[in-house]
Amino acid sequence: MRIKAIIPYWYVLLILVSFSCNELKRKTEENNTQSEQTRPDTLIQTPVTVKMVYIPGGEYKPFYGSDSVLVKVHPFLIDERAVTNSEFLQFVTLNPQWRKSNIKKIFSDSTYLKNWPSDLSLPPTANPDAPVCYVSWFAAKAFAHAAGKRLPALDEWEFIAMSDEVSPNARSKRNYSDAIIDLYLKKNRQYNPVKQAKPNYWGVYNMFDLIWEWTDDFNSILSTNDSRAGQYDDKNLFCAGNATSATDILNYAAFMRFAMRTSLKANYTVANLGFRCAKDTIPIKQTR
Amino acid sequence: MKYLYLVVLPLLIFSACKENKKVSAPLPSDSIFNLSSTWKNQNGESLQLKDLQNKTLVVVMIYTSCKSACPILVSKMKNIESKISRKDIDKISLVLISIDPKTDTPERLKEFARNNAMDAAQWTFLTSSEEATQEFANVLSMKYKKISPIEFSHSNIISVFSPDGQLVSQEEGNIDIEKVVSTVTKTVKEAQ
Repeated sequence: MRIKAIIPYWYVLLILVSFSCNELKRKTEENNTQSEQTRPDTLIQTPVTVKMVYIPGGEYKPFYGSDSVLVKVHPFLIDERAVTNSEFLQFVTLNPQWRKSNIKKIFSDSTYLKNWPSDLSLPPTANPDAPVCYVSWFAAKAFAHAAGKRLPALDEWEFIAMSDEVSPNARSKRNYSDAIIDLYLKKNRQYNPVKQAKPNYWGVYNMFDLIWEWTDDFNSILSTNDSRAGQYDDKNLFCAGNATSATDILNYAAFMRFAMRTSLKANYTVANLGFRCAKDTIPIKQTR
Repeated sequence: MKYLYLVVLPLLIFSACKENKKVSAPLPSDSIFNLSSTWKNQNGESLQLKDLQNKTLVVVMIYTSCKSACPILVSKMKNIESKISRKDIDKISLVLISIDPKTDTPERLKEFARNNAMDAAQWTFLTSSEEATQEFANVLSMKYKKISPIEFSHSNIISVFSPDGQLVSQEEGNIDIEKVVSTVTKTVKEAQ
């Protein structure tokens, strides 16, 4: 009699447990599908209307490198200007996983889009046509993918940077570096809208006057901790240690850019660091 | 006795539930398992980094044709492996990731593993696309550059990750093996 009375109790417990188990499973599955959806590889294409300029490429002497070997830059397309605040807003609107409240910590430090008051609003004082800043390399790369493009390689960026308004390679001109340094020294220049200054020889705007720009392979400068020098060597941390391997020591502007790049990590976001996109001249898929 | 199954069954279900709970814990936002890139191991099996979950990871990036720094890094990894307590060995994974995906095919990695006596279960060799490799190098804040068709220059970093993919420590340059071993042991202990 007694045992018979216990049976329903056990059965109720069993049903309860299996129910809660199912519930848990369901929740787990929900979580999984949710994380599936917010995966960075499932990007919604973001339509961007920016003119791209054809750069024929060619051989160029990189600013860096102990041997002055010429590097070949293949033809490519480059955005004529940097990605703007309004374009980035459109990108995060379409791709919620890149909004400031959703971004995974592994893809950005805590100052991502720091000046934005909320996920989908630009700072009230910001010009929608000013370059977007406070974006990590991961975020910049995701934007480029969503736009069907990529980030420019360091050599591509520097190839364009050799030009002034009238010539493709102005490096040997006496005031080339000084003119850029003057631009670099202007305060709060990142708040100005794009395309206000004159374009360079190629028709590319704002290479120097607004922001620093991410390059795809910014992590390829091994000036401070090149394993080949043997051990981690403190003397390499000094500026002079680097200057000896620069091919163009009078180009102080380039030196500043390289110093900036070596100081970056891919999850860093900086008040005056933005990006522009590039593209292969033939579709990427065919080259693979 | 007749009703024993009534007792055992719910217990079984309970334990299944517990198991489930463990797996369902959401990934930390800074976990490397958030990366969605696809890799191939030395056996040619496709996997994502999150498949390495639930073990303490010791990670290094190398390339197999390297003649300078990598052999030292590889021997350091072996040294670390040999100093980890055998009771912990199934709770860790030593992961060598190639920075030269063009040359380092799964077959080549397999051969490298065999030649270096690194073919036990705790060793994982991974190769992927150049893009995924670059992304992962950036996660490790590792610098590398192809300096000739067969040579790369790169920074020497051995990183330790917790079983949920959070970075615990990085040793760079002249790597202190004892320090890595003690970090690994501590991480394994904390994960239990």
